[in-house]
Amino acid sequence: MAALRQIAFYGKGGIGKSTTSQNTLAALAEMGQKILIVGCDPKADSTRLILHAKAQDTVLSLAAEAGSVEDLELEDVMKVGYRDIRCVESGGPEPGVGCAGRGVITSINFLEENGAYDGADYVSYDVLGDVVCGGFAMPIRENKAQEIYIVMSGEMMAMYAANNISKGVLKYANSGGVRLGGLVCNERQTDKELELAEALAGMLGTKLIHFVPRDNIVQHAELRRMTVLEYAPESKQAEEYRQLAQKIHANAGNGTIPTPITMDQLEDLLMDFGIMKKEDESVIGKAAAVA
Amino acid sequence: MSVTAESRVNAAELIEEVLKAYPEKSAKRRAKHLTVQEEGKSDCDVKSNIKSLPGVMTIRGCAYAGSKGVVWGPIKDMIHISHGPVGCGQYSWASRRNYYIGTTGIDSYGTMQFTSDFQEKDIVFGGDKKLEKIIDEIDVLFPLNKGISIQSECPIGLIGDDIEAVAKKKAKQYEGKTIVPVRCEGFRGVSQSLGHHIANDTIRDFVFDKTDPTKNAFVGTPYDVAIIGDYNIGGDAWSSRILLEEMGLRVIAQWSGDGSIAELENTPKAKLNILHCYRSMNYISRHMEEKYGIPWVEYNFFGPSKIEESLRKIASFFDDSIKEKTEQVILKYQALTNAVIAKYKPRLQGKKVMLFVGGLRPRHVIGAYEDLGMEVVGTGYEFGHNDDYQRTTHYVKDGTLIYDDVTGYEFEKFVEAIQPDLVGSGVKEKYVFQKMGVPFRQMHSWDYSGPYHGYDGFAIFARDMDMAINNPVWALTKTPWKKAA
Repeated sequence: MAALRQIAFYGKGGIGKSTTSQNTLAALAEMGQKILIVGCDPKADSTRLILHAKAQDTVLSLAAEAGSVEDLELEDVMKVGYRDIRCVESGGPEPGVGCAGRGVITSINFLEENGAYDGADYVSYDVLGDVVCGGFAMPIRENKAQEIYIVMSGEMMAMYAANNISKGVLKYANSGGVRLGGLVCNERQTDKELELAEALAGMLGTKLIHFVPRDNIVQHAELRRMTVLEYAPESKQAEEYRQLAQKIHANAGNGTIPTPITMDQLEDLLMDFGIMKKEDESVIGKAAAVA
Repeated sequence: MSVTAESRVNAAELIEEVLKAYPEKSAKRRAKHLTVQEEGKSDCDVKSNIKSLPGVMTIRGCAYAGSKGVVWGPIKDMIHISHGPVGCGQYSWASRRNYYIGTTGIDSYGTMQFTSDFQEKDIVFGGDKKLEKIIDEIDVLFPLNKGISIQSECPIGLIGDDIEAVAKKKAKQYEGKTIVPVRCEGFRGVSQSLGHHIANDTIRDFVFDKTDPTKNAFVGTPYDVAIIGDYNIGGDAWSSRILLEEMGLRVIAQWSGDGSIAELENTPKAKLNILHCYRSMNYISRHMEEKYGIPWVEYNFFGPSKIEESLRKIASFFDDSIKEKTEQVILKYQALTNAVIAKYKPRLQGKKVMLFVGGLRPRHVIGAYEDLGMEVVGTGYEFGHNDDYQRTTHYVKDGTLIYDDVTGYEFEKFVEAIQPDLVGSGVKEKYVFQKMGVPFRQMHSWDYSGPYHGYDGFAIFARDMDMAINNPVWALTKTPWKKAA
């Protein structure tokens, strides 16, 4: 058996991390890989397409009921879904209370201590929007995810988030062994999206590993709480995810230490692609009616 | 060269020598906290109330210590919840020897520890519900409690728990009960000093501003005073109160040693606030002056000279009957004072003392030592501000070494070089200096003794200092590798 691959998907909130990751992992399972998904988002929606469930019982909610994580058994929190993909949701507090970041740390420690990773080829962490605090950086610390895939699009804020995440990866690349596996562009049909994504990847010292085109079939599958791989295995979109899965599978050891850029450089990039006008400071802060 | 000028030069050289051990940047920063007193200066010319350097072993505490340990903790009929993980409350259990009258566990709670004992799940999901449950449990288990304060430990601020909302909800549920949320997370500020300020502000907001004056049946007299900033360590406030009452004054509140919530509520009716520990309670005294027009006066009840001066200063706010009685009080204790001085001064005359303590003591106890013929040659504040150092100049002599927020290394080197006859500081310092063969008194909580305030306290103070310095044990210490000597 090959060494355990630990990967993580990061990206701006709402960019399609959970959808992309579950479809890609389903494709990896199709290739015969044994997969464990660790959802690290308090919303606990990282495994719904695999489990066909709205949300599974989370490590933290069960721990809170039982008293502490020490009172839990692995079987209590792990569910098995499509193609034997094992799923765990970390969970966390309702919005506005407590410390979700600490929750991620608690859950991951619990899973490791209880041998959740035994027998898996891949562990995949699905982390919420931004690396807002130390807790959400937990999956990229030493001995956790070695490869980070950033899901992004041609939208400025998605690119901005990708750059920020690269900064987090850079920090832990030096102290641990984490590497940036590449960018995954989830098409939003913005101007020159592919070129822009490739250019950003170049500036960040990585590559655009795959450009996932937009297709409504993804939504159709999601409404049925399914991945495209399961809902429409013959579809063109399923083939896209298979390609992405193969690329990730072949990408072992090819990760890089990212070279994050400054906000100015990011804006320059947008200007180069004619998306932002050069030095047109007159539009900054002006409402549409005024400008 | 005169004696003082010479010692000033020597002290300045000592500072320079000690600073050499630091890296350049640290030496530059520490230099601003160290000085030698020069006569005629309006302050001691040291920087204070600045973040301690990492790695220097500061003696300071945290904001939680300032609020829970100092200001709120001694209010005996309230329950003070150490809100957060168990350690902060556990290691500050049993108070600073703030004595109180009452039955512990029934109507008084000073030496008990109440904590929400945060677990992982409380951090992740927030602890507000647990706090509500604790408040309910307190109501059942300790029905005679008169109020609750919530003393925030660090995690409360980090995870953003809304303790104010919990306090408000529960205060309403328990029909206007005083429930005080205190944001004294330990990471706030540079020392316990900010904790004092935060605690003072919560008394203003959650005691004064929420007290219904129509329900307060308090009937005042023209001679009502409140003791502010006496924590009744070893009974200090009691030995002070005796004198004030003998002067003809009525003490309507003690802040906060042996104090109660009713006393806090009544204080805005006082005619004069008398302030002992300026550092920890000047804030509320100023507030009461502004809002209720109550004047405040600082006093010093350590040693007969300062007591006499202070009694007259306090009396000056009242009519002649009080002034006359004050003179009688001073006369009454003359014999006791003379006897104490006659007994101990010959044994202590000329002995040199170095201090490093908090609050008011770095200056206030100097007079008591001088009454015994002793000399304070070095002093400094753990968490003082510039206004403390301004108040210090007239206490200290030319050539006195001044060290703000002294580091473990500095203090050790200073004592090694100066070789005082007594060091007065905290329990962490005690054994370091005793092992160096230097007599020591723990001056935060009077080394399990006290009281030291008032005339009665002075007799105990003199005995304790004599006991430390003239203890025959010091003659028995031998250095094993120096045989022939």
